[in-house]
Amino acid sequence: MATLTRAPASAGRRRQGASHRSTVVMKIAMAISGAVLLAYLTAHMLGNLKIFFGESSFDHYAHWLRTIGEPLVPHEGTLWIIRAALTASVVVHMAMAILLTRRARRARPVKYAHRPPVQGSYAARTMRWGGVIIALFVVYHLLDLTVGVANPVGASGKPYTNVTADFEHWYITAIYTVAVVAVGFHLRHGVWSMTRTLGRQRPGTERLIARISTGYAVLMTVGFLSVPFAVTVGIVG
Amino acid sequence: MKLTLRIWRQKGPADRGGMVAYDVPDASADMSFLELLDVLNERLTESGEEPVAFDHDCREGICGACSLVIDGVPHGPQKATTTCQLHLRHFRDGQTIDVEPWRAAAFPVVKDLVVDRSGLDRIIEAGGYVTAPTGSAPEAHATPIAKADADAAFEAATCIGCGACVAACPNGSAMLFTAAKATHLGLLPQGRVEQDTRVEAMIHAHDEADFGGCTNTGECTAVCPKGIPLGVIGRFNGDVLGALWRGR
Amino acid sequence: MDPHTEYTENTESAESAGRTGYARYTVGAEIADHAAPAGDLAGRWEQRRLAARLVNPANRRRLPVIVVGTGLAGASAAATLAELGHPVTSFCYQDSPRRAHSIAAQGGINAAKNYRGDGDSVARLFKDTIKGGDFRARESNVHRLAEVSTQIIDQCVAQGVPFARDYGGLLDTRSFGGAQVSRTFYARGQTGQQLLLGAYQAMSRQVAAGNVTVHARTEMLDLVVVDGRARGVVVRDLVTGEVTTHLAEAVVLATGGYGNAYFLSTNAMGCNASAVWRAHRRGALFANPCFTQIHPTCIPVSGEHQSKLTLMSESLRNDGRVWVPTTGGDTRAPGNIPAAERDYFLERMYPAFGNLVPRDIASRAAKRVCDEGRGVGPGGLGVYLDFADAIERLGAPAVEEKYGNLFAMYERITGEDPYTVPMRIYPAVHYTMGGLWVDYDLQSTIPGLFVIGEANFSDHGANRLGASALMQGLADGYFVLPTTLTHYLAAGPFAPVDADDPELVATQAGVQDRVKRLLTIDGDLSADHFHRELGLLMWEKCGMERDAAGLREALARIPELRAQFWSRLRVPGTGAGLNQSLEKAGRVADFLELAELMCLDALHREESCGGHFRAEHQSPGGEAARDDEAFAYVAAWEYTDGPPILHRERLTFDNVTLATRNYA
Repeated sequence: MATLTRAPASAGRRRQGASHRSTVVMKIAMAISGAVLLAYLTAHMLGNLKIFFGESSFDHYAHWLRTIGEPLVPHEGTLWIIRAALTASVVVHMAMAILLTRRARRARPVKYAHRPPVQGSYAARTMRWGGVIIALFVVYHLLDLTVGVANPVGASGKPYTNVTADFEHWYITAIYTVAVVAVGFHLRHGVWSMTRTLGRQRPGTERLIARISTGYAVLMTVGFLSVPFAVTVGIVG
Repeated sequence: MKLTLRIWRQKGPADRGGMVAYDVPDASADMSFLELLDVLNERLTESGEEPVAFDHDCREGICGACSLVIDGVPHGPQKATTTCQLHLRHFRDGQTIDVEPWRAAAFPVVKDLVVDRSGLDRIIEAGGYVTAPTGSAPEAHATPIAKADADAAFEAATCIGCGACVAACPNGSAMLFTAAKATHLGLLPQGRVEQDTRVEAMIHAHDEADFGGCTNTGECTAVCPKGIPLGVIGRFNGDVLGALWRGR
Repeated sequence: MDPHTEYTENTESAESAGRTGYARYTVGAEIADHAAPAGDLAGRWEQRRLAARLVNPANRRRLPVIVVGTGLAGASAAATLAELGHPVTSFCYQDSPRRAHSIAAQGGINAAKNYRGDGDSVARLFKDTIKGGDFRARESNVHRLAEVSTQIIDQCVAQGVPFARDYGGLLDTRSFGGAQVSRTFYARGQTGQQLLLGAYQAMSRQVAAGNVTVHARTEMLDLVVVDGRARGVVVRDLVTGEVTTHLAEAVVLATGGYGNAYFLSTNAMGCNASAVWRAHRRGALFANPCFTQIHPTCIPVSGEHQSKLTLMSESLRNDGRVWVPTTGGDTRAPGNIPAAERDYFLERMYPAFGNLVPRDIASRAAKRVCDEGRGVGPGGLGVYLDFADAIERLGAPAVEEKYGNLFAMYERITGEDPYTVPMRIYPAVHYTMGGLWVDYDLQSTIPGLFVIGEANFSDHGANRLGASALMQGLADGYFVLPTTLTHYLAAGPFAPVDADDPELVATQAGVQDRVKRLLTIDGDLSADHFHRELGLLMWEKCGMERDAAGLREALARIPELRAQFWSRLRVPGTGAGLNQSLEKAGRVADFLELAELMCLDALHREESCGGHFRAEHQSPGGEAARDDEAFAYVAAWEYTDGPPILHRERLTFDNVTLATRNYA
């Protein structure tokens, strides 16, 4: 039946919320933690290349990492500071990823019957599964070459021996290859996305930044993969 | 030409809905996609069936009402084109085409292909305006605006609020829509003054309306019928960061 | 009203018009606009504003207003009234107020800023508008429009409307639609969109502030008149199907024009005349219904499936040249037709204005060459609009900078590239100058019912100039109505309306009955079927060129069509929920009544003026022959159950000299 509405004679003001817990802030946290990990990965990749200068050079480099900053900081002090920063970044990065993913799931409760083709970037579409693969790999990688329990040799203080022992097995090389490629894709979108989130946006720079991101990702992938393949084919070890 | 349409039919918000196939044997290549639906609907009506409900109004690509996901792509396969201006010459004779509504929690289905997009209005209400009451506004020529800024503001302002960005985004985010408006107003001296409070209020309203978070995937800009660049989102992020920094 | 006198000239076909139709009318008392102050034209608005009563800010909360429609006029009015402190309830049939059809206006908005120093002024804009309207508009209204125009630009810039600017950062303007000064402000080809978003945003600010309540997807189905005052509307929620009544102290209709009576027009699919027609049936006079504008630059019809016509901005005529082959039946590709065998007919017929003659003249000229069999494209209903010369003169990049989006739109629709093949264009129904009769205060003949924008008749006479619709919509909503409506509300609040008030209950019951009737005819034809047939009839008989025989035919046919509609219509589904067939049926039912009045008005106006061209009334050169002696009046029609009653409002011109339009 017809109902009657009289126009309201008074009205209240709608509240406005704060944005410090918004999705944009999550994204900013994601970008900053990603940037920390990015800096670390770059140094890690460059350090890995020391292996091409021989066993003593590589082991010496590994030892040096433990002595940075002495005597201002105790032995392995800097290393632990770095490890703490990395752990914090990983926690923030993953927490934000989980929050944003859960939000995304909630935001599309009914899926498309016709699966949408990827129009934007493939790397962007694989961030979440890529991230999971990388997380699992990091656990294995730590057990393999940091703690040593998953390493065929597991000699303490002899990283060169451990690394070469790993990649004499093709399947370990295969595992590392899959993981590094996943990292490569992750970096491709990660770097690009980070500049979108944190950078000053100038019109016309989009394509340039996309190219830089791709170049960087390729460089990192090749750099990381050079070590296992060098060992597997016998250039190193 | 002959086409088979598989269309999402859903009686109402409570109905589960599903895809139903219809043949249209007498389509013409000069028809628009919506005229194809008109032909189908006229036939359904005259045979006593309920026609397919879909949103449409201006049919010239500017009102933003039409909202069909065609073979998984909002507004269909042609770039920078709304559904109403998509013509059948872009399809093959005998083709089967899937037609679905925008899918997002923030866009609940009203009926068939019609969804409720009022979440977008909430975002504008939160801050997508310049506080300029009607009255004696300053003389229009009092504030010159650099042509580059005016042009960039205009480019962002061409958003038609159709919601294709949300429909395409794997996260169901309305960030391209939100950022386009904030960019338009923030680039102009008249709007810059309240940019800090604007972006905070808009992002809050965006999140409240159950849109997902942006992860810069770029799917939005790929389907945007007006080609709003992804750069507006970057600018928006920067504005939010700036607002946080200044502690508003 | 005074007793009606039978008007005898046009009574002969009354019988053939059928039981419910009419081809005759009676003449009632003359009416006049008593709201405009007398005296010096330029001082009238100032005087009116000074004389208008104000409402104490504290009391405005107690004086709610209903605004129907959210286009430029409706959104700007809702925003401004809410800023003043009146609680506003706003309705639109679209899913968001931002989608109202003002959004589709392309070209621009006029304002007498004289930024170019090219001789523009308020007085000149006034004169141009009066002349452009073929001396069928009211001087006082038009002058106010010209005065207010400059404020609109200031207001919109303050709101952040991104008008085009030059390299110095100042606003750019262009000359538009036959104007000899550059007074049109624009935002590429999307001026309507940008202005509407500005008004929508201003309204949204008031929504957030709690001063405006928007009911989107809600359609007005009747006007509530109690004790002679407009007090509310009966609406249907298009999503739930619920019919509700909203009451307020005043009702503002900003529901646009009725071009969709022709089925094919440049209007949006949902544009309709139901609000104004229902108000007319409740007692508001309908003025000059036959004044419709045909726009010369639209994309031609491509087939039977055509659902609407797309306008290409008139600005294209600034650089495009209109031509057809000199001989009929020339099927060569346009590029293969040598210059000597092309007829640039606008340049030939109107050397002074060439391709920039006003809309009605350009449209009729195109029709004439097509009627001669020289039209191009499918069905021979099209003329070329050629940019080859402009591309050669300015270079393709410059042409793209100016018209890129329009060219892209043309290509999307036709599949032809206008950079290499000339565009094909044909006239289409675009705008209706007629509408509900209002006085200087924009108040209709029902106290408390205000009508603004295209829905009223007031400012454009028999023909609207390009870029003037946006100007009028915003002038009404931002600047005029807030003053005049406040004056009306100062007498309020009026006596509260009881829920069981007999007039209210009857109105509600009428709406419910009508919805039920539409759903239960259970015939075999869709509403679109009837709409298409009506549209074709109107285009043929009451379109660009009308004659008495054709109009009589239409007046006989429309009642038959209407009878058929009410016996053979089929509306699937129910009224409880979203039912787009039902919405459409209601709108078509009203067009079927309005169309008859349009034809009657066209038949009674035995002259040609502006958009109303009667074949019997033309100069030897084929130009419109006005009859100022007999027809310098506004025809305001009163609804009755039988033949309508004509009330004349005499137009006097004290500040311009009546002259024959001459663009040759």
